[in-house]
Amino acid sequence: MTPLPGSPTPRRRVRGRWHGTDTVFQYAVRAAAALVIVVLVATAVFLVQQAWPALRQYGILSYLLSDRWAPSEATATGRHPNPYGIAQFAYGTAVTSLIAMVLAVPVAVAVSLYLTEIAPRWLRRWLSGLVDLLAAIPSVVYGFWGIFALIPAVRPAGVWVSRTLGTAPVIGPLFAGPFFGVSYLVAGLVLAIMILPIITAICREVFATVPTEDKESALALGATRWEMVRMAVLPRSRSGIAGAAVLGLGRAVGETIAVTMVIGNNALSITTSLLGPGATMASVIANEFTESTEPFHLQSLMVVGAWLLVIALAVNTVGKLIVRRTREDIA
Amino acid sequence: MTPDTTAAARIDVVNLTAFYHGQPAVADVDLVIEPRQVTALIGPSGSGKSTLLRCMNGLHLTVPDASLTGQVLLDDADIYAKGSNPVEIRQRVGMVFQRATPFPTMSVRDNVLAGLHLGRRLGRGPHDDVAEQALTKAGLWQEVKDRLKAPAASLSGGQQQRMCIARALAVEPEVLLMDEPCAHLDPISTLTIEDLIREIKETYTVVIVTHNMQQAARVADTTAFLTMSAVGEPGRLVEVGPTERIFSSPRRQTTEDYISGKIG
Repeated sequence: MTPLPGSPTPRRRVRGRWHGTDTVFQYAVRAAAALVIVVLVATAVFLVQQAWPALRQYGILSYLLSDRWAPSEATATGRHPNPYGIAQFAYGTAVTSLIAMVLAVPVAVAVSLYLTEIAPRWLRRWLSGLVDLLAAIPSVVYGFWGIFALIPAVRPAGVWVSRTLGTAPVIGPLFAGPFFGVSYLVAGLVLAIMILPIITAICREVFATVPTEDKESALALGATRWEMVRMAVLPRSRSGIAGAAVLGLGRAVGETIAVTMVIGNNALSITTSLLGPGATMASVIANEFTESTEPFHLQSLMVVGAWLLVIALAVNTVGKLIVRRTREDIA
Repeated sequence: MTPDTTAAARIDVVNLTAFYHGQPAVADVDLVIEPRQVTALIGPSGSGKSTLLRCMNGLHLTVPDASLTGQVLLDDADIYAKGSNPVEIRQRVGMVFQRATPFPTMSVRDNVLAGLHLGRRLGRGPHDDVAEQALTKAGLWQEVKDRLKAPAASLSGGQQQRMCIARALAVEPEVLLMDEPCAHLDPISTLTIEDLIREIKETYTVVIVTHNMQQAARVADTTAFLTMSAVGEPGRLVEVGPTERIFSSPRRQTTEDYISGKIG
């Protein structure tokens, strides 16, 4: 039909016209995409549902306000005080992850810079492969190594730190002894090694995207390698490094078995000293779920799991926001 | 003797062959770059013009698996001799690239002063006088004097390229290498930069790689023509001479073919 001269051109919507041609394929990929959402939602629903009786018994906030986890004091009817305080686990998760980040991020950035900017080409492939292999080592093996190799190795240093820094004013409590080996510090060390490969891998890719011309124009001004990195590579990579660090953090927050093996599993209350034994949200679940016989014990572990899920999602969201903002800053 | 403080340097390329992965990219080059002149390197893609240029400040060797034989003398001292400091060489031999390369997180002023902040040659501080001088030399001062703190990326392409020239000049080099500096610019910006090149050659030695023969004819005092016998073969220097002579009466057939558009 030809529109009459002078009449407005009819606006026919052609959207959707191409959608009918491969129905099976489209439903298949849609189903796959939907599955991801279903799994995420179902996990959250399951945790909250399982935790519900305990939450109704003690209230949501009482968990976070207490740092005393004493299942043997729980009774079928008692509501107050909540014997299942979990603040110490949140503290443990935060402290071990923080130690891991502080140690791993600078090392990962340095390793990636070496791999992308300094190392001869034949060594790059070799060393990159080696770093990737670190990620292939099973978590439980890291735990074993932590107990039987790392702890004996760091014990003299730990004892020395507790004797010197442990008596210092202000920061003293953070390094107070005695040091038996199993501790937040060793858990953080093991975590640092475990998250090193992922941070390194991402940083390596980020640094590789810096245009050669940018690096060469820094070199052409008379920059040394380090000055070139500082002028041309790092400023362009800030968002990428932040993203890599957050992904590492995500791993550290959730890492379970290796941490459970080296942290000492002191669930009873908060240990201020980094050299003391503690527990993380993940480690307490792994450590206790098989023998949770007290009233509301298993349900309270589910509460821990639910909070862990919330924190993990929050870390990822915040991380992505940081990455997006840094990217906008550069553009 | 010249009253100017900058000493434009002379470059002697002696029997130079440059390799990537052991394959020669440009071979057996002997070339003299006179001070206070513009020397243009012309030739088809793959003839090794850029490689030759990058050998003049040692940038070639920052590429993994790159190597070279022969000598490059900067005022009679071999820049590849044992004990010569590549950082110092690159301070004396500045370079401008095909694509403008502003440091994206820095302001216009910080970009211009970037080279001076290296190795603490100039302490931190505003140093607006130094920035003004360099930007004036690059013919950009009038356009950016009110925008020194603006991000460098906010300038137009032509302005960014002139800012990069100002950045290279701020460290007071003796030689300025330009690798197709107008390849990505519009004709107006190109002419602005060509005017600029004619001005700075009063003080500096300028070597420019260009695909644009009119550009070589417009700005260069001396023109060197490179080509390769076949794709994959190393480039060689065919002919070098005063620009006018190269374009009006080339002595070699290949030069004439290239200039008249038969090859390349």
